[in-house]
Amino acid sequence: MTAVLFGCAATLSPTPAAAEDAASGPLKVAFVYVGPVGDHGWSYQHDLGRRAVEERFGGKVVTTMVENVSEGADAERVIEELAEAGNKLIFTTSFGFMNPTIKVAARHPEVMFEHATGYKRSPNVATYSARFYEGRTVVGLIAGKMTKSNIIGYIGSHPIPEVISGINAFTLALRKVNPKAEVRVVWVNAWYDPGKEAAAAKALLDQGADVICQHTDSPAPVQAAAERGAWSVGQSSDMTRFGPNSQLTSIVDEWDVYYISRVQAVLSGTWKPTDTWGGLKDKMLYLAPYNPALPKDVLELAEKARVDIMDGTLNPFAGPIIGQDGKEILPAGKTLSDADILRMNYYVEGVQGKLPR
Amino acid sequence: MTGFETLIGILAATIAAATPLLLAALGELVVERAGVLNLGVEGMMLVGAVAGFAAAVATGSPAAGIAAAALAGMVMALLFGVMTITLLANQVATGLALTLFGTGLSALAGRDFVGIPLNPLPRIAVPGLDLLPGLEPLLSQDVLVWLGLAMAPALALFLGRSRAGLVLRAVGENHGAAHELGHPVAAVRYGAVIFGGAMAGLGGAYLSLAYTPMWAENMTAGRGWIALALVVFATWRPGRVLVGAWLFGGITIAHLHAQGMGFAVPAQFLSMLPYLATIAVLVAISRDAAQIRLNAPACLGKVFHPER
Repeated sequence: MTAVLFGCAATLSPTPAAAEDAASGPLKVAFVYVGPVGDHGWSYQHDLGRRAVEERFGGKVVTTMVENVSEGADAERVIEELAEAGNKLIFTTSFGFMNPTIKVAARHPEVMFEHATGYKRSPNVATYSARFYEGRTVVGLIAGKMTKSNIIGYIGSHPIPEVISGINAFTLALRKVNPKAEVRVVWVNAWYDPGKEAAAAKALLDQGADVICQHTDSPAPVQAAAERGAWSVGQSSDMTRFGPNSQLTSIVDEWDVYYISRVQAVLSGTWKPTDTWGGLKDKMLYLAPYNPALPKDVLELAEKARVDIMDGTLNPFAGPIIGQDGKEILPAGKTLSDADILRMNYYVEGVQGKLPR
Repeated sequence: MTGFETLIGILAATIAAATPLLLAALGELVVERAGVLNLGVEGMMLVGAVAGFAAAVATGSPAAGIAAAALAGMVMALLFGVMTITLLANQVATGLALTLFGTGLSALAGRDFVGIPLNPLPRIAVPGLDLLPGLEPLLSQDVLVWLGLAMAPALALFLGRSRAGLVLRAVGENHGAAHELGHPVAAVRYGAVIFGGAMAGLGGAYLSLAYTPMWAENMTAGRGWIALALVVFATWRPGRVLVGAWLFGGITIAHLHAQGMGFAVPAQFLSMLPYLATIAVLVAISRDAAQIRLNAPACLGKVFHPER
């Protein structure tokens, strides 16, 4: 009996009538996370966005989320299942979900997809990301003022443009206020591995770093810095409680505004496969409350930079930009284009070590 | 920062990184020496980590955390024991299921403990440390580090020199003969499996109470599997487990330091190394049938049925 009913439903579903029926109920929205919601970082912040959507739209929207989805064949299966379950809008929130999203989207033209941090779009796939590097500029200025050893430790996840542009924006700002400071990068090849992140932080501290930055998602580096009395900068979420005397600030992702606007677009039938790359002014990221120990001049410097980035008077990638080899990459008076930032594959002057390929 | 201080830092970090591997691998070594293969180390470590963290947060006592971790690991191991020793289920399948179960259970139990900070375990210094300037990071460690270091020689003595150790090895080498001689095969295996669970739980607790004092889902990140590889790498000898744990821990730490100093090292290759080394050892000992007989417990992974 069930099989018969299921068969009928399957043959009916592509007809317009069935589609309208589905539309008359609440809009089904799904979210796919690469990590556990409990990572207290990247996936956690996306889930806050999901909850903001539920709160805003109440009974008009039903959300589903799948956490801990590995990037690869598994992702395609999960996204496919969500599309078949009648979700009309699906957010896939990790770079590695790009190809699976495109593939599933081709099979489900009636479903709208939103892929975070990717660059491939199609008639029913939009992309979105945040200009994390804008936060790095502010943090670089603070670090340049606060370091005494002039060695900054920076824990990287994967050497992709998003992370590299963060390192470079940080270093450019750092050297603007402190030309003697240098950045040492350690790649842990994971977005989320507390043990390895802590070990990387300790290695950098042993090498004399007194500020630890991270582009990984666990609070372990903040904790390791706090234990040694060093400064740290959090990532993805506010990690203050893991090092109240250590975290200078944190670069926090915020997806609430974007998610609400996209769900609204679907509800009002205005959704388009756009490419959104928002920054501080679009409220796609913000800086966690500054550490109260920051001196007044540093605080003012940071706040001024933040406001200037928001109103466009300060561009994190304004020339002159000098590469690691001492050659000029960008002359004074010019700024890097978005395309240049999105394919950044070099270190600027002031970063130690070679970029892994 | 002087070269000496950096070196001490590297050594101290190596010992810390080796400790969860050492604790879990020593436990698994005893289990395997008794002829049982428990692939659930990762799951038991995770459950130990979350139980230890939860107890330490709830009571404020690190000792309670350590005890809870060991206990939780033992309960998980008991479950494995009932399945494989009493109900005679396949050990490989049950062990894998235990890892999957432990991963899910720890995530569920840990939901309310995400994002809570905890003070690291207090450090216990070697007496007379004042006389050795500069060695403080190395010689002042928490109780779980000292336990791991003490356990390796203690187990070597137990397995090699004690009557109980001899019985345990006999059960692992030839459970039929041990049974004929009147040794309680099932009881010995239960004891070994539960001991292994306690040690895996402590290994997990080292991560959540000392190494990175917090609870995060899946925070063992594959260390249980490295511990399993380590037992084979060490050819079932406690002393070699200690050396192997330092080696595997040291590779990671040296790699991070090398990067910080500006050397480009392919990280993927280094994360493969523990497994490559284990395969190399396996190949080396497999070339010689006598070597295998000398090292691997002959009844490893075999179900014991007294009537047969």
